[in-house]
Amino acid sequence: MLNYIWMGMVLLGVLWAAISGRLDQVTQAVISSADEGVRLSIVLLGIMCLWSGLMQIAQKSGLIRALTRFSKGLFTGMFPKVPENHKAMGAMMLSFAANFFGLGNAATPLGIKAMEQLQSLNTQKDTATDAMVLFMVMNASCLQLIPTTVIALRNAAGSADPAGILPQVWISSTISTATAIIFYYVFKAFEKRRGNE
Amino acid sequence: MTVIMDWLSKAAIPLLIVIILVLGAWKKVPVFDTFLEGAKEGLSTTLRILPVLVGIMLGIEILKASGAMDMLVGLLRPIASLFGIPKEILPLAILRPISGSASLGLLSQQLEEYGADSYVGKTLSVMMGSTETIFYTITVYFGAIGVKKTRFTLWVALISSLAGMVASVIICRILP
Repeated sequence: MLNYIWMGMVLLGVLWAAISGRLDQVTQAVISSADEGVRLSIVLLGIMCLWSGLMQIAQKSGLIRALTRFSKGLFTGMFPKVPENHKAMGAMMLSFAANFFGLGNAATPLGIKAMEQLQSLNTQKDTATDAMVLFMVMNASCLQLIPTTVIALRNAAGSADPAGILPQVWISSTISTATAIIFYYVFKAFEKRRGNE
Repeated sequence: MTVIMDWLSKAAIPLLIVIILVLGAWKKVPVFDTFLEGAKEGLSTTLRILPVLVGIMLGIEILKASGAMDMLVGLLRPIASLFGIPKEILPLAILRPISGSASLGLLSQQLEEYGADSYVGKTLSVMMGSTETIFYTITVYFGAIGVKKTRFTLWVALISSLAGMVASVIICRILP
């Protein structure tokens, strides 16, 4: 899937550039994109080390286990293939929490950590498990309490009430998270039926 | 209410770190040594992500520089107006799933242009706050662990993203 999308982005861009005579800009973009990729990794590097280190402490001290216990009622029904006391449960919980509180940069390392834990349960290493798909789509629909960057931008643009959009954001992200969960089950049922035929 | 939440969002990270460290020390975990152990893992994870990032940035930058992104916006404009979606919202709706930094840049420019408290400004803010950079997140997360077959992840993420966007437009109309 991602293979096609990636190729589609590049081909569409190059083709359009050829038509509209912007090939030299694209050449520029190719070179700067490589820089940008490395720059982003370096930005991530520090924060990745930081949160991985803190997570390690949280794991050894039993904080993750406590969170796992806390999340039992909430999530075990949704992730039936993840054992109740597995580290993956706590890691997912922390990642959701980071997203929810708008910790931004902290959310990525925690999310990847959770994916690594889920991968350790995976028997087909190149294929996503149900739990990974559900975790990803819930993460991507982003239930967020305080979208700090948006509020900051509104403030910078001279809004009289920068945080005034919060109720709307909550409703809207609840709707998109609910949609994600519903369609996860729809697609899963569809996939299963196709597999049985 | 907003004051409390504002404080919480500012205090969340320092508080979390303090809780992790104090609990660790209480449970007799050698906190700094353990931190270093974990931080080393962070290093290898990031190195695994680097090629993924270089790849995805290539696609995004080419789309932007070629003007294909603007072309797509132009194509979708009539369809959007058919559904009553203001055309000013389209560029962000298209950019948002693809690139976080680009959509933030666009949002700040558009807030200046339309006014942060106008209907369009509010809708854009709500949309930005309630959706994610799904292409980036999916590629990076799955890339980090080497999963190649992502099954229907992208479809569900796209549908939920779309639902979030449509919801933003409708909610901002109902709750000005």
